[in-house]
Amino acid sequence: MANLLLEVLFILCGLVALSASIYAFRDREHPTRFGSTLFWGLLALIFIFGPYIPKNIVGIIIIVMAVLTATRKVKVGNIRGSSEDYRQKQAEKLGNKIFIPAFMIALFAFGIAQFTDLGGLVGLGIGALAALIIGLMITRSKTTEAIEGGSNLLQQVGSSSLLPQILAALGALFNAAGVGEVIASGISRVIPQGNIVLGLIAYFAGMVLFTMIMGNAFAAFSVITVGVGGPFVLSQGADPAIIGALAMTAGYCGTLLTPMAANFNIVPAAILEMRDEYGVIKTQIPVAIAMFIIHIVVALILGF
Amino acid sequence: MLKLIGILIVVVGFVLKLDTIAVVVVAGLVTGLVGGLSFNEILTILGESFVANRYMSVFLISLPVIAVLENNGLRERAASLIGQVKAATTGKILAIYMAIRTVASALSLRLGGHVQFIRPLINPMAVGAAEAKYKRVTEEEEERIKGLSAAVENYGNFYGQNVFIASGGVLLIVGTLQELGYDVTPLEVSKGALPIAIIAVIVAAIQFFLFDRRMKGKSKL
Repeated sequence: MANLLLEVLFILCGLVALSASIYAFRDREHPTRFGSTLFWGLLALIFIFGPYIPKNIVGIIIIVMAVLTATRKVKVGNIRGSSEDYRQKQAEKLGNKIFIPAFMIALFAFGIAQFTDLGGLVGLGIGALAALIIGLMITRSKTTEAIEGGSNLLQQVGSSSLLPQILAALGALFNAAGVGEVIASGISRVIPQGNIVLGLIAYFAGMVLFTMIMGNAFAAFSVITVGVGGPFVLSQGADPAIIGALAMTAGYCGTLLTPMAANFNIVPAAILEMRDEYGVIKTQIPVAIAMFIIHIVVALILGF
Repeated sequence: MLKLIGILIVVVGFVLKLDTIAVVVVAGLVTGLVGGLSFNEILTILGESFVANRYMSVFLISLPVIAVLENNGLRERAASLIGQVKAATTGKILAIYMAIRTVASALSLRLGGHVQFIRPLINPMAVGAAEAKYKRVTEEEEERIKGLSAAVENYGNFYGQNVFIASGGVLLIVGTLQELGYDVTPLEVSKGALPIAIIAVIVAAIQFFLFDRRMKGKSKL
């Protein structure tokens, strides 16, 4: 039952991608009309028919998608959102009712995960659909506005929103090639396997360091967890859910410290017209360090 | 050692700000090849994993309703609510925003952003509170308040987001751990993220109140 609903959910996600593809195609002034049409169309194809397509063909489709993004053929089209005046007027007219659908998504996802055995993802899907119906009723919008708005939004967040999914594929290839073993054997010369505290520090510090270098905690997580987290912490009987959650946010301590995460740390300094372009990072240093130490303490208390 | 070349490609590609999707795919292809896999095997693993991990991109389903809400003034309403907050000091305003931002992040609400909220709303409120209380705010102090205003957005956004059960971070954790043979559910991971979200609100508030105290100490001189 849960699996069937999950597959329905993926088909609905595919339809959102398909609508982005169709709107890109119908937009004659789109800067990358055919690239965007193809990219979102291929994504829709994988979402809807993925299980029935031979997997090496899916692999080729992914490479085509990567070529499209690498050659900058996937850009955002002409966005026709509502005017600022209209939004302001609606905000006054609707008042706090506008928050009801917004809260519904998260509450359904949590509630269904907690109290049924359908899982949080199906919960998210049901919540999103329920919120859509209520949202359309409250705002008196047309369904087509939701579809067009959703496809605009997908083009806006763009191809990089697929990063977790593509990183997971990288992780699978790392595993198949035995990358984890190589890192683990290198580190085990420095840190004795079996020492939980040192292993934990190496794992979290590795997350911070790699996140700082790459400016992206997600990428760091898939590399460091396979190489360090697995062999040095999780194999020592740690609670994987808690340690995994903590390792990710430990990486975010690194995000606070690095100019590589420019849109969080450098761009805001410019937006606020600060004199020091590193002013935001300097402000964040004490909190990032305190949070890092707290992460290790919390992991030792709750994770074992 | 050669097998680590994929990691090198990811690091160099991200540092050079090359296209993220292409960098990751190239790193995967090269790693597979040096790891002794055939090209067809690589394609198959890539495709299998991408299809199996479709759940990591389920946020797509929520885009239509989010678009409807944003087109009908969701952000504007939130901004006017925050604007009504009456708080006497810079630190209190920032601490209240930290709590609101963390909750929004945990609910996956797109309420925040340096352009949308910090520059037009939070920073002016934070500076305004200092000016009302101490009459004169030096340029250096204003620079400090700007830094704190920008930082609070990041603190709330980062440490709160994995409390949401279907956030990209949570689903990546679930997927990576499953690949290593550890079965965890998104619910377990999002619960694991809760303590840090709460602690981050407290730690951030301490930083903000320390700023208040320094301002107070200075005004007594």
